[in-house]
Amino acid sequence: MTPRQRRMTLVAVILVGVTVAGTLALRAFRDNVMFYFDPTRVAAGEVQPGQRFRLGGMVEQGSLVRTPGTLEVNFIVTDFRHRVPVRYASVLPDLFKEGAGMVAHGRLDSGGTFIADEVLAKHDENYMPPEVTRSLEAGKAAAGSY
Amino acid sequence: MLVELGHFALVLAMMMCAAQACFGLAGPALGKPHWQSVTFSAVAGQLLFVGLAATALIHAFISNDFSVLYVASNSNSALPTFYRVAAFWGAHEGSLLLWICVLCLWTVAVALRAHRLPPAFASRVLGVMGLVSFGFMLFTLATSNPFQRLVPGALDGRDLNPLLQDFALAVHPPILYAGYVGFTVGFAFACATLIEGRRGQEWARWMRPWTILSWAFLSCGIALGSWWAYYELGWGGYWFWDAVENASFMPWLLATALIHSLAVTDKRGLFKSWTLLLAIGTFSLSLLGTFLVRSGVLVSVHSFAADPARGVFILAFLVIVIGGALTLFAWRAPKLVSNAGFALLSRESMLLFNNILLVVATAVVFGGTLAPLIAETLGLGTLSVGPPYFAPSFMIPVLPLLTLLGLGIHARWRRGGLLHARQSLLIAAGAALLLAAAIGMGAYSSRSVLAWVGASLGLWLILSSLIDPIDRLRRKLSLPAAIMGMSIAHIGLGVFVLGVTLVETTTVERDVALRAGQGAQLAGYTFTYQGGESIAGPNYTGFRGHVLVTRGSKTVARLTPEKRSYWATGSVMTEAGISAGWNRDLFAALGEDVGAGAWSLRLQYRPLIRFIWFGALIMAIGGITTLFDRRYAPAVAPTTDTGTDVAAQRATP
Repeated sequence: MTPRQRRMTLVAVILVGVTVAGTLALRAFRDNVMFYFDPTRVAAGEVQPGQRFRLGGMVEQGSLVRTPGTLEVNFIVTDFRHRVPVRYASVLPDLFKEGAGMVAHGRLDSGGTFIADEVLAKHDENYMPPEVTRSLEAGKAAAGSY
Repeated sequence: MLVELGHFALVLAMMMCAAQACFGLAGPALGKPHWQSVTFSAVAGQLLFVGLAATALIHAFISNDFSVLYVASNSNSALPTFYRVAAFWGAHEGSLLLWICVLCLWTVAVALRAHRLPPAFASRVLGVMGLVSFGFMLFTLATSNPFQRLVPGALDGRDLNPLLQDFALAVHPPILYAGYVGFTVGFAFACATLIEGRRGQEWARWMRPWTILSWAFLSCGIALGSWWAYYELGWGGYWFWDAVENASFMPWLLATALIHSLAVTDKRGLFKSWTLLLAIGTFSLSLLGTFLVRSGVLVSVHSFAADPARGVFILAFLVIVIGGALTLFAWRAPKLVSNAGFALLSRESMLLFNNILLVVATAVVFGGTLAPLIAETLGLGTLSVGPPYFAPSFMIPVLPLLTLLGLGIHARWRRGGLLHARQSLLIAAGAALLLAAAIGMGAYSSRSVLAWVGASLGLWLILSSLIDPIDRLRRKLSLPAAIMGMSIAHIGLGVFVLGVTLVETTTVERDVALRAGQGAQLAGYTFTYQGGESIAGPNYTGFRGHVLVTRGSKTVARLTPEKRSYWATGSVMTEAGISAGWNRDLFAALGEDVGAGAWSLRLQYRPLIRFIWFGALIMAIGGITTLFDRRYAPAVAPTTDTGTDVAAQRATP
């Protein structure tokens, strides 16, 4: 091979490799990206059936119900306009409490209950994810205008 | 009073940096060598005043001066003294001051070694570093002053975030920053090279040790952070692909590429402009990381600070620094020509592949980290990207990278070929595949293909890295520090890969609700919850559970997970109970009292998890070993090469 051919081979190998890597990464991205929905958008039916998503809002006061002696908990997430019942059967994070914001990952079942497989802990009790804050503020504003 | 002095000292330090930048850059450009000596005085002044400012803040913390807002927000009189000092960098303002301190120390280190560089070059390097320091000090003083008073003063402080009251996290930020900030040195060298339009390649040798040292610090810092997340966040994860973690991982990946590309430039004078671009890129990613972490633009479990004004300032700084450096690059880089050729299987092309794959890996992390931000800006909805994207995508460039690595370290410079090591390589590859099967299926009874592939790659790296040192020892040849360091670092990577593979494929985890006396089975172990009692610490109260781990009739470990409630903030913290072993960790964390006398517990069995952090540590040790190589030993002070323009000016006074 002449130096020129050698260089061209190298460039071709690199181009093919980078393209393959890019395509695979984009596919992984498309399949695994998770969108955020608040209870209002869930109520509006914006979630595709079976779609895994992030649900955010506030844990309604007095809604937390445990099945004693087991891990199962049920609670309601609200944005002050709509409510979504949530079921979770794992260890809850330290900062999870009624009247505080939370984000959960999971899917809706056929009865409209959100089956969470992960409930997110925030490190700082003053900290609320920006999208949850926005949902709650929009909800409060709407509720106030009724 | 001392606090105001500290504030004032920081202002003076900023002035020193301005002087350092002006005289450092203008001196050589205008041909005034005596200006360059002012640069060194400015560095000394910077050290003095930054030291004063830091002392003032530490003093405020130790003496519980709650009339300082930052102290009142991040400390408490009940906080143990060690954590009061660590609270210095517990939040945004202090972290920035820490950044400034670390950059100051790097500047002093460069100044102390400047006599080995041509004076004009050293002066420019210090000038560029002065500019960066100036920017950060301006940022601190304008938007995040740690010396701000609280009027009236508070009776007691709000306390340090309990998560940060921990040894690993107390030492994690300084070490991480030592790495992060150290890339400023490489950046300054790159800028000085471009400003001078140097035609040679000697700058690569000057830059190498600084870059490797920063990289070693960053490796340790990231590993410490991961270790902390594992035992302190309470739930046993060691890496979350969280925005803040990625912010430190991206510069690490690019710096790894830079170290390898520097080797080619130093040895063969190739890839010059690419190496400079990587140096600029690595520093840019460090700055971008600061922007991501400090502006709070990304939703992150680590984000403590969120303030748009700060974000705008850092973004502007980012644009000026990166934009300026890239303009300089576009202007000067075409002058850097290298016309040496190399063969397809040579060390050069292997390192080229290394660079491309590492850059692709960086791009994968970069894309995933910034995608939520971009989608939000374009109005495509709020989305999040997590491990399901990062883990498989990251493997795409990394699997070929690890495979080629074992071959690449045996390829020869220029002419290439691997025939000389063919036999050893075949033995290493065969042994790796068999051993991996034995470990995966035998020791951990795993049938996962991924486990086998990953373990094979890890062992392949270790065995392949051993070939050269063993060969040299057998033939009674010398083993230069550079080669020894390289082998150690690659062995460390192999250990790391082995650890990650087994943790990812064979971890067993269960969440259970147990009454006292009840047990749960996990990976052949029985975890029995034996009840617990109330405890009281210096600044918290809590509950301690007792979990007995048995295997057959043998007691393996007694775990004592805790649930703590810190008085000052009222926040609840989980302290995991961990039995660490070289080959496996047993882990129990308390959830909460779920009624009917039962507690929820998270139980885990994680094989080889220690390999992850030890691997990173070995990598860092390998990097530091290379610094003792003869090529970096003090050479005769350069007398002839004083920089082209200075020499020209001197000739015509």
